[in-house]
Amino acid sequence: MNPLLISRYTATSCLGRGIGPMRDALAAGRSGLKHCDFDGVALETWIGEVAGADDEALPEHLRGFDCRNNRLAQIGFEQDGFAEAVRDAIRRYGPDRIGVFLGTSTAGILETELAYQRRDRASGALPAGFNYAGSHNPFSVAAFVQAAFGLGGPANVVSSACSSSAKVFASARRMIEAGLIDAAIVGGVDSLCLTTLYGFASLELTSKQACRPFDLGRDGISIGEAAAFALLERVSEPLADDAILLLGVGESSDAYHMSSPHPEGLGARRAMEAALTAAGLEPGDIDYINLHGTATPSNDSAESKAVRALFGAATACSSTKGATGHTLGAAGGVEAVIAALALRDGFLPGSPNTCDPEPDMNYLLASRPARVRRVLSNSFGFGGTNCSLVIGRAQ
Amino acid sequence: MTGPTRSLPGAWISGIGLLGPGLRDWPGAAAILAGEALWVPADTVLSAPEQLPAAERRRSVRVVKLALTVGLEAVTAAGADASALATVFSSSGGDGHNCHLICEALASDDRQVSPTRFHNSVHNAAAGYWGIATGATAPAAVLCAFDGSFAAGLLEALVQVSVERVPSLLIAYDADYPEPLRAARPVPDAFGTALLLTPEPGATHFGRIRAGLTTAAADALADPALDTLRRAIPAARSLPLLAAIARGEAGRIVLDYLDHARVAVDFSA
Repeated sequence: MNPLLISRYTATSCLGRGIGPMRDALAAGRSGLKHCDFDGVALETWIGEVAGADDEALPEHLRGFDCRNNRLAQIGFEQDGFAEAVRDAIRRYGPDRIGVFLGTSTAGILETELAYQRRDRASGALPAGFNYAGSHNPFSVAAFVQAAFGLGGPANVVSSACSSSAKVFASARRMIEAGLIDAAIVGGVDSLCLTTLYGFASLELTSKQACRPFDLGRDGISIGEAAAFALLERVSEPLADDAILLLGVGESSDAYHMSSPHPEGLGARRAMEAALTAAGLEPGDIDYINLHGTATPSNDSAESKAVRALFGAATACSSTKGATGHTLGAAGGVEAVIAALALRDGFLPGSPNTCDPEPDMNYLLASRPARVRRVLSNSFGFGGTNCSLVIGRAQ
Repeated sequence: MTGPTRSLPGAWISGIGLLGPGLRDWPGAAAILAGEALWVPADTVLSAPEQLPAAERRRSVRVVKLALTVGLEAVTAAGADASALATVFSSSGGDGHNCHLICEALASDDRQVSPTRFHNSVHNAAAGYWGIATGATAPAAVLCAFDGSFAAGLLEALVQVSVERVPSLLIAYDADYPEPLRAARPVPDAFGTALLLTPEPGATHFGRIRAGLTTAAADALADPALDTLRRAIPAARSLPLLAAIARGEAGRIVLDYLDHARVAVDFSA
């Protein structure tokens, strides 16, 4: 595929707002996870919460989109000059030539969950003011971002569970290649809610402690929330040496089970192979793999088999979910930003909380400085949906 | 969309599936849309396809049955191999009844959610069941664009065909919400359609389409009753295109998409 320029990127998670705090936490091996105290949730689990998310006020004309998910989206795109970069792209390309493709798994479903707690006792009706389109509907986050920037190009949400905000890169890439648009806002926004906290608990997939990806004693995920955004454009010369490029995207489906990955990781392997092929690279060209690494026994087992089969034991790899938690529909976007930071600043992120890693892999417990030219980032989801990205430096 | 459309993404339509209120399959719906048969509204009849293993058949919710039925109809009609096809699933929402039961449980004292309900709640549930039923390991895109979800899926599939030069099966579907959600999202019944889009014409095909954005208003259907159906269920916003195909009538069809843009489809039979 023709590489694309990731001209601006930002991520907000439990590690903090924007890439500065994220980079510092990753370099220091610090986790943002805490014991769950979300909205009176009585579960023995840990979460990655964005502090102050509910204090964010949307502008008056966008109040119809008000919900935790869109508050988080707004916090996210206001960091690191991202909004300014979008406005600059609008000046260069026009508002109709910029697409919006965002991933989310649950959008503003929290509003519906809360509305169900306040149903009319007699009629069962939801409280007045409940706004389905602006909060519950998955598209609400893309509609909000389009409205916030006054964009008029194509837009959709990708909601394929935990691969959502990796797969948006594939959609945007094809739209740019087809000539429908010149640039795209991609990324993912997912926020804490009862459906995912209780749902993953019902599947016995949440850990009672901070998650330990790829640890031999791992016992489940820690759910997080995040907003990650990237601006994709065609490559135009001259490029700075540390310009960040999307080099390859690979997608596949497991066709195996609704909530378990293929045990040998065949779908994961196909996605990684497809991403390498799209980038015109060999496994040996990859300096670091940001693993999906959710910390469930079966997910990490399947992924470790796929990585060993394709890369052997030498390639440096880690999951950063011990730091951020599993941000579900935002995970692909968050980890694309982490890949960009590793490339720009020259470091390999470690894996907070993990002590006793899977053998026969070069699994990084601690962060360390390194020259990083190309990163593979994995995102795999419920229903057997897989996506891998290859992201690299121009030089 | 003004001026020449040659550079817009295009594809051949090599198979069609359809299921909706009083619309049992594509041949039946085509006769109605062509004005050769009367539409008799009746509740959409959903069943889980035999291709699903027994456990998944038992667990499948309304949107899963709907999506798989129309997808399999389009693939079977085209004589294509479902296991080899890339797919685009596009829907305004997940399964409304499943969502209602989860929200009800979460508002109760014990907040216990069943594992099956939880995995059925993901927007890509239909895509997951489709893979299990057909063995398809190719990429599946899973989209939502509120009332414009059909047009969003159509753009995604056309771009996939044009850029990757591979066939793409578009499956657009929406099903009803029960109360109290229905008051906020009044989708009354289930409607789904599937288009198998190919870079080259199949042995039998329904014509060729190209699409781009426009600010023109969306087309309505001449029959007021059918136009009510078009407006009531997001996936039924596809009906003006399907009517043109049923009548073999070349021309431009404008479909609902976003607040500020529609999708213009140039159809040649």
